Amino acid sequence: MKKNAGLSMLALPGFLLIIVFNYLPLYGLLLPFKSYRYNLGIWNSPWVGFDNFGFLFNGDVLYRVLRNTILYNMTFIVLGTTLSVVVALLLYELSRRFVRAYQTILFIPYFISWVVAGFAFRSLFDMEYGVINRFLVSLGEEPILWYSDPKYWPYIIVIAAVWKGLGYSSVIYYAALMGIDSEYYDAAKIDGASKIRQAFSISVPMIKPIIIMLVILQIGSICYSDFGLFYNVTLNSSLLYSTTDVIDTFVYRSLIDLGDIGMASAAGFFQSIVGFCLVLVTNTIVKKINPENSLF
Amino acid sequence: MRFGYSIIPKNFTWDAYRVILHSPQTLLQSYFVTIATTVVGSIVGMWVTTSYAYAISRKDYRFRSFLAFFIFFTMLFHGGMVPSYILMVKWLGLKNTALALILPYLISGWFVMLMKGFLQTIPEAVIESAKIDGAGELRIFAQIVLPISKPALATLGLFFALQYWNDWWLTLLYVEHDNLMKLQYLLIRVLKNMEYLNSAEAIEYGLVKPGMLVPSLSARMAMCILAAGPMLLVFPLFQKYFVQGLTVGSVKG
Repeated sequence: MKKNAGLSMLALPGFLLIIVFNYLPLYGLLLPFKSYRYNLGIWNSPWVGFDNFGFLFNGDVLYRVLRNTILYNMTFIVLGTTLSVVVALLLYELSRRFVRAYQTILFIPYFISWVVAGFAFRSLFDMEYGVINRFLVSLGEEPILWYSDPKYWPYIIVIAAVWKGLGYSSVIYYAALMGIDSEYYDAAKIDGASKIRQAFSISVPMIKPIIIMLVILQIGSICYSDFGLFYNVTLNSSLLYSTTDVIDTFVYRSLIDLGDIGMASAAGFFQSIVGFCLVLVTNTIVKKINPENSLF
Repeated sequence: MRFGYSIIPKNFTWDAYRVILHSPQTLLQSYFVTIATTVVGSIVGMWVTTSYAYAISRKDYRFRSFLAFFIFFTMLFHGGMVPSYILMVKWLGLKNTALALILPYLISGWFVMLMKGFLQTIPEAVIESAKIDGAGELRIFAQIVLPISKPALATLGLFFALQYWNDWWLTLLYVEHDNLMKLQYLLIRVLKNMEYLNSAEAIEYGLVKPGMLVPSLSARMAMCILAAGPMLLVFPLFQKYFVQGLTVGSVKG
């Protein structure tokens, strides 16, 4: 019993913080069904049923915001995961001497905040001074008004996200590769397997559990976006909203700029519930196929 | 004016200009806020995260599976932005306090899982033998577990420092006072205000005389270096621990 008390004392600060910052806000899931008045608090504010959702679902904004959020996230999951695994496999093949140099280069974007990253992209795409436009002008072409033309942004956003996240996720997979017993590779070499064959027959299957775990977690947050990316890299330009507005930037605007708590909380509720259901569904499917790989 | 600009107080326009060229106070103050929240947040966060992760990594701990699920669930389901905002501002009354810049990031599911994966690799015999020598749990944790977890702690510390250093979101949401402004947020304001000073309206209203020098692109770049530089200098010092510390291990709930 004494043993449990000691460990419980160690866990206590974390436990309290989790209650306050992760579980107390769950009470706010009532919010979308209320007409929130600041002076009355959540519980005493009048119930309004699904009115807030009606407002949300009737707006044409919803379609745009939902489409952007889901399409971007699906691209990030597919492209990001594939590239990270490929980079991890390449790092694994490199001699240990150079691995650190490559890791540093890959990791630098991860250590830059989205504010600074946004500015770095700005220096590329600025109308007058941007590197790309200057280059276009020097070729005698018309400069492109990047920050007012939405059609380029799906590409820019995807490039920015991959550029920033690749180092981190590839190192997670690299760490998993490092944990593989080298006997497998030795045996494969004796059987005459090529490097490519080894990658597909040993490396990828061995790190499959962690790939699946990360993908399930990403699917669970498919309705969430990296606010920093969509706010800073686009300079929050309203001209670009048709391709850059996502649920998070929309919730933020509803809450801070418009003070519309009903709509913001309805959108937030939607994110939480849909994300959770997706995790459950994906996990069940994975469990059906191979119980070993499921998340829980 | 564009949509997002309304959250920026208009009277700050000139301060932005002054920050770089004339008075360094705002910049120094925000450096101080950033460094202070980074140091305090990282140290407290590492303690809270590691001790929690250690408890759930011990196979003989009674509440192990409950506490593991308790944190794991937060990775799958959360209340969203609006309830958190009401919690911070209304229930805890933390608007415009330094705590608002520290508390929300102290513990997160992902960091706990990373640490738990690492701590599970510590041989039970090490802990058993310390117990036989009569050491209490706290003592075992502080004097045996922490010292042998240096690579993982270095990684975790770097993640925490990065998170606090690069944060501007908490400032955006919870802080209105200039003297509590973090560096990254100051940078956003400076960049946006310069945008404004460069615009036709600023000239029209006489804020900027035609031909007057508004800080050039290079001056703005200097701001970025000031904001990003320290993190990039710290990174190489920690890098050798990185791959070692990132080994995730089993992350099942």
